[in-house]
Amino acid sequence: MRPLLSVQGVAKRYGAHIGCADVSFDLYPGEVMGIVGESGSGKSTLLNCMAGHLAPDAGQVVFDTRAEGPKDTVTMSEPERRMLSRTDWAFVHQHARDGLRMGVSAGGNVGERLMAVGARHYGEIRGKATDWLERVEIDAARIDDRPTTFSGGMQQRLQIARNLVTGPRLVFMDEPTGGLDVSVQARLLDLLRGLVRDMGLSAIIVTHDLAVVRLLADRLMVMKSGRVVEAGLTDQVLDDPQHAYSQLLVSSVLQV
Amino acid sequence: MTDQAYNFAYLDEQTKRMIRRAILKGLAIPGYQVPFASREMPMPYGWGTGGVQVSAAVLTPDDTLKVIDQGADDTTNAVSIRTFFERTAGVKTTTRTTDASVIQTRHRIPEEPLTDNQILVYQVPIPEPLRFLEPRESETRKMHSLEEYGLMHVKLYEDISRHGHIATSYAYPVKIEGRYVMDPSPIPKFDNPKLGDMAAIQLFGAGREQRIYALPPYTQVVSLDFEDHPFEASKADHPCGLCDATDSYLDEVIIDDTGGRMFVCSDTDYCAARQAAGFKGKDAA
Amino acid sequence: MIELKNVSKTFTLHNQGSAVIEVISGVSFAIAPGECVALTGASGAGKSTLMRMIYGNYLTQSGSIHIGDLDIVQAEPREVIALRREVLGYVSQFLRVVPRVPTRDVVADPLRALGVSAEEAQARARHLLGQLNIPERLWSLSPTTFSGGEQQRVNIARGFAHEYPALLLDEPTASLDAANREVVLSLIEEAKARGAAIVGIFHDEAARDRVCDRQVDVSAFTPGLAA
Repeated sequence: MRPLLSVQGVAKRYGAHIGCADVSFDLYPGEVMGIVGESGSGKSTLLNCMAGHLAPDAGQVVFDTRAEGPKDTVTMSEPERRMLSRTDWAFVHQHARDGLRMGVSAGGNVGERLMAVGARHYGEIRGKATDWLERVEIDAARIDDRPTTFSGGMQQRLQIARNLVTGPRLVFMDEPTGGLDVSVQARLLDLLRGLVRDMGLSAIIVTHDLAVVRLLADRLMVMKSGRVVEAGLTDQVLDDPQHAYSQLLVSSVLQV
Repeated sequence: MTDQAYNFAYLDEQTKRMIRRAILKGLAIPGYQVPFASREMPMPYGWGTGGVQVSAAVLTPDDTLKVIDQGADDTTNAVSIRTFFERTAGVKTTTRTTDASVIQTRHRIPEEPLTDNQILVYQVPIPEPLRFLEPRESETRKMHSLEEYGLMHVKLYEDISRHGHIATSYAYPVKIEGRYVMDPSPIPKFDNPKLGDMAAIQLFGAGREQRIYALPPYTQVVSLDFEDHPFEASKADHPCGLCDATDSYLDEVIIDDTGGRMFVCSDTDYCAARQAAGFKGKDAA
Repeated sequence: MIELKNVSKTFTLHNQGSAVIEVISGVSFAIAPGECVALTGASGAGKSTLMRMIYGNYLTQSGSIHIGDLDIVQAEPREVIALRREVLGYVSQFLRVVPRVPTRDVVADPLRALGVSAEEAQARARHLLGQLNIPERLWSLSPTTFSGGEQQRVNIARGFAHEYPALLLDEPTASLDAANREVVLSLIEEAKARGAAIVGIFHDEAARDRVCDRQVDVSAFTPGLAA
């Protein structure tokens, strides 16, 4: 089996400050990887480098494209990379307002990616949007309402629907449950878990919430000061951390 | 009488050359918005400063100018721009579409088909068709350069979901030669079919937004739509009350305070020519 | 099916003066298909640690632990994930689930992960929950609100949903009444009969004597205790 995403030696500096450095790993189809670390540990920088939002200073981010097989997304042309990011990739932002068009109805938000790849049949677009709203547990009757009228949890679910409607293979998530009530988080986690399994998605989840990675991620990377200090099976890293920082991180949490 | 204090057509020659270069670039890349260094004009933004600068750059002393606002030659905006060029360029002016070599327009295309020795200059308030949904200029430019136009359909989708049909009735977005999506300025969508395959050159000037774009003669222009909600060039379903025309775009005019109204051609020259030829509508005196 | 060779484990506590604790060393034993082996030894001897090492939950410093053909000590995370999905089951003492997920889905989950259809997985879940005497009115509720004994039975149902060729059981009969204990023991016997290799920790000696073929005294491998 070929990795879906192969990250090799990725580094990003902000002047003298290291954003992230020497990051390498392979992600296989269907795998969910968590990246944890404290604020400023470089996890968001790394995520943005992988998702094409930031240009890394060094390294490769090789994605197994449908048409041409493995290709370095850092050096591919911008149109090609942007095409990836609205077809095979998805990005779920921590704040739904960064990932949604707040002035556009829920149906329009979900339909945008379809229209972006050439869907031109209103009835079919609406049918798919309805289906996806139901899959993320939003009442289909709300299809013409704007996300501004939705609760935080609903907005986040709408963002997920909007991202998954084109059947991506790789989802980047930046603190997807951050800022939500605990009960809403649980519902979202359950939903994400089901979608990941049913669609065979691969995902990379950046979070500082160890409970989230425990429940969603198969594998875990622990970052500190821009570098990966430990990586392995999620439950192994959480239950038997080897690095001093991982031990500190795990022991700092009340219970996960 | 030319007011000798001004250069021909108000703008200095360097500025006109700069604008002409933008126009030529626009003609070379149909539908592409060319940035230009828009000048302060002796009229407020929103009164056609973009169109006036383009007209100034293309006018020659031999030209005959017609200016219309919503199809009419006799409204304030049209009259003042016409007077402006009479004074600063000394060119002949006319209200007859067929007699004009340059026509500056706000929000209409004349009903009379234009010819290959005419230029139609549009006044444009907001040149960016994507602006409604994407406020960042850096992002809309990228979307144009990468042909990412899904957002345009989101706008139409919103229309249908809210109104049951595409309710956008003016400034209806078009795609040029299968490449650039363009805002045709706030003309009624009734006029959209006239944009394509037109014999005349069409130039679009946005003064405040500092953009010029253009359609060379006989350019392919397609109005965006959905397969199951096709584009329709609609107008009020009446004949003109004055000239009885059934093929022209109509204005609805309220004539009293008891709900009385009449429909008349928005193109005053077209209507007058028909009346002169003996056509008579039901409301004609 | 399960083979440990010269396995040892240390914990290094970086945040407590980098203390190095050697918990287990020199463990070697093998379990054949259809065999059930009990880990014994005093509390703190390292039974649970050893079981977690076999599951890959704890990192093993040296030696090899083969489950079938895969050495879990050397394996890539994705290989361990696949192994746990298809081959190696684990019934721990604690139930760890996403809150809000109904009990029947929790139990069906391992089958769904294998690609079994929702209906088939649910049918199996209903069968096991019934067998383990979880009242049907609770099936649509999350087990997070259940009593300890109920959670334990949900955990067992989940662990037996798929017929794993290798099974790790940590106190499967603890906190169960006689009737449910009997159900669990018969589940273990059925698993043995179909050829599963089983490693278990049982404080319940009667249960241990009934289902286990052999015992491995972990104290023998515990540096501090063996001396």
